[in-house]
Amino acid sequence: MALVLNEEQVMLRDAAAGFLAEKASVAQLRALRDSGSERGFDPAVWRDMVDMGWAGIAIPEEFGGLGYGYTGLGLVLEQTGRHLSASPLQASVLVAATVILHLASDAQKSQWLPAIAAGDALVSLALQEGVHHAPLGTAMTATRDGDAYVLQGSKRLVLDASAANQFVVIARSGGAPGEEAGLSAFLVDANTAGLAIERRSLVDSRGAGALTFDNVRVAESALLGAEGEAWAGLERALDIVNIGLASELLGVACEAFERTVGYLQERKQFGRVIGSFQGLQHRAAQLFAELELSRSIVLQALQAIDAGDDNLAVLASAAKAKLCEVVERATNEAIQMHGGIGMTDEHEIGFFIKRARVAQHSFGDYNYHLDRFARLSGF
Amino acid sequence: MSELDNFRQEVRTWLEDNCPQSMREPVKGFEDLYNGGRNPEVTHPDQVVWCERMAARGWTVPHWPKAYGGAGLDKDHVKVLREEMARIGARRALDSFGISMLGPALLEFGTEEQKLEHLPKICRGEIRWCQGYSEPNAGSDLASLATRAEDKGDHYLINGQKVWTSYADKADWIFCLVRTDNTGSKHEGISFVLFDMDQPGVTVKPIRLISGSSPFCETFFDDAIAYKRNLVGEEGNGWTIAKYLLTHEREMISGFGAAPKKSVGEVALEAFGSDPTGRLANGVLRHSIAQYQLDTLVFGATMARVGDEAKAGQGLGAASSIFKYYGTELNKRRNELNLAVGGEAALGWEGEVYRDGTVARDWLRSKGNSIEGGTSEVQLNIIAKRVLGLPDA
Repeated sequence: MALVLNEEQVMLRDAAAGFLAEKASVAQLRALRDSGSERGFDPAVWRDMVDMGWAGIAIPEEFGGLGYGYTGLGLVLEQTGRHLSASPLQASVLVAATVILHLASDAQKSQWLPAIAAGDALVSLALQEGVHHAPLGTAMTATRDGDAYVLQGSKRLVLDASAANQFVVIARSGGAPGEEAGLSAFLVDANTAGLAIERRSLVDSRGAGALTFDNVRVAESALLGAEGEAWAGLERALDIVNIGLASELLGVACEAFERTVGYLQERKQFGRVIGSFQGLQHRAAQLFAELELSRSIVLQALQAIDAGDDNLAVLASAAKAKLCEVVERATNEAIQMHGGIGMTDEHEIGFFIKRARVAQHSFGDYNYHLDRFARLSGF
Repeated sequence: MSELDNFRQEVRTWLEDNCPQSMREPVKGFEDLYNGGRNPEVTHPDQVVWCERMAARGWTVPHWPKAYGGAGLDKDHVKVLREEMARIGARRALDSFGISMLGPALLEFGTEEQKLEHLPKICRGEIRWCQGYSEPNAGSDLASLATRAEDKGDHYLINGQKVWTSYADKADWIFCLVRTDNTGSKHEGISFVLFDMDQPGVTVKPIRLISGSSPFCETFFDDAIAYKRNLVGEEGNGWTIAKYLLTHEREMISGFGAAPKKSVGEVALEAFGSDPTGRLANGVLRHSIAQYQLDTLVFGATMARVGDEAKAGQGLGAASSIFKYYGTELNKRRNELNLAVGGEAALGWEGEVYRDGTVARDWLRSKGNSIEGGTSEVQLNIIAKRVLGLPDA
């Protein structure tokens, strides 16, 4: 497949950019933060996104989506990165819908995917337990009890935890932490008895939270797919999730970089604009090179999802590792090159470094994915 | 059967009949590439035969017009020809600066007479060309070049010195940047001339490099003659042609960044072994190699993307400006890793046990990649100014 966008994709990207600049910009994120929003996003903006079809972009038509593929969703996510737009697009659409698509039975997909696409269900994945992403290390238990399962354990970094009405919960019905076999996925209603949801405040001011499951009983029908066999589908889904996050990070990095270059062109010291200093010019040019490389690997990885590429795992870890590296450099340089003003809360550039680090960490950071890339490359 | 299929059949049959068996063996190194010229260097006599046969069909430079010695093939037909050659492992019949550099410049800027005079000889491998650009005091600041060209009616008298002239000791003619005017800005008054190296006013001295090889020369001009019919473009307009050619050269050099057949990680695994989890035993080295392989992958994706964008009619995007810089830096990283992985074996200089120092010599040679054809620093200047719009100091 040619590594270029088609006309429809360009239109989608431009429409997203226009909408987000007006309705979900950095100023709106600041307002949500300062108002102490429990939800962490504006439901009216989310409704608009749903009405534009964004919640169903990557969901197949047979399950109530647009069947437009992950390349399309990636382009929208890149724009949400540029504007730091807060919405359940990551939690419910990129992550939960993808996990359901890869793990659930057709009947379950028919029940949940159209609801996600229509914005009626807001679903979030509860996976991480420790302070690092380690999916095989999952220790939370799911114990069979008659025609039900009993869930025991805790989760953290659950995106949009306060707003979600359903959770996809990964737990062990067998095996030991570290093993692939024995992992199961359950769909759990947010109002289930024994489930405690705690809002957590992270640096990006988004709506993450922690869940505690204290003898939570769910019906057999809550099990997504086959008991103990969630790993293969979950791993594939996480590859897609990380490529989507890489798209968002591409937007964050590009916007932080462009704002910084703009600043270099206007800020004057020693009687001239600081962008005329070679010490800054070369660092900016090197970053430009890294951003061009980043754009290529993200597009290649997105297209690989839609093409059903066997090599997806390598591309996913390559894309996430590369974007983590580049966004870290881009946001650090953004602060440094803005100088003192970059350290103030009043200036918007600080919001980029904060969102970047949370998105980098989510579902595996640079260290996790470069290690995985090396392992998948045979060393 | 389509016309293209017929062509494929024709090519296949012709290649089977005409490509000598020896030319179906892979080339062993740079020295094995055939460059033609008046006194061609050959590692096998079949190289001359193979080049003559291919040139007779116009297939040494198949995309050039027939009138200039090519075969006038479009992209699809050239692709078929390359595929059929690859199928039997046929070598390229001719490699030269004439094909990769002077030819494109003549096609773009030359007169009809100049094209008819020089291009067919390039296609037939009769004349080997070298490039006279850099001077002792005009390296990164190429436009400050000082080699003088004095107007003598139908010819110029050339006086001055060039340096880093690749294979000047083996070339028959030179395409050369000279100063025809000293009065304007340094970019004005530069002219692009062609002249024969086989004349009393030209002296060539090879330069021995840190790698031990001597691909470059110092070239001295003492009243050398360049005829005006061989002035390409207008007098004083040589900088435009020079820039055009530099883009070609940079693309060529950035190709060195392509991934090697056996990955560095795989070679390292053989040298260091793995830990119980299957990871390369040395974690520090593993990190460096993983970073290098990741960057090689994303660089490859970028080359592909820029190619696809050009094919889709979106022009050569800003991304192409990073190729020279990034490709050569990657190649240097690869060579450093080869040294780290190879250990003592990679430090050998001579002797069969060290394959005559191939690893070390390639490593040393790679240091020049980010200098020749515009240093990395000059490339970053270009990106900062032309792409990012940052002002001059």
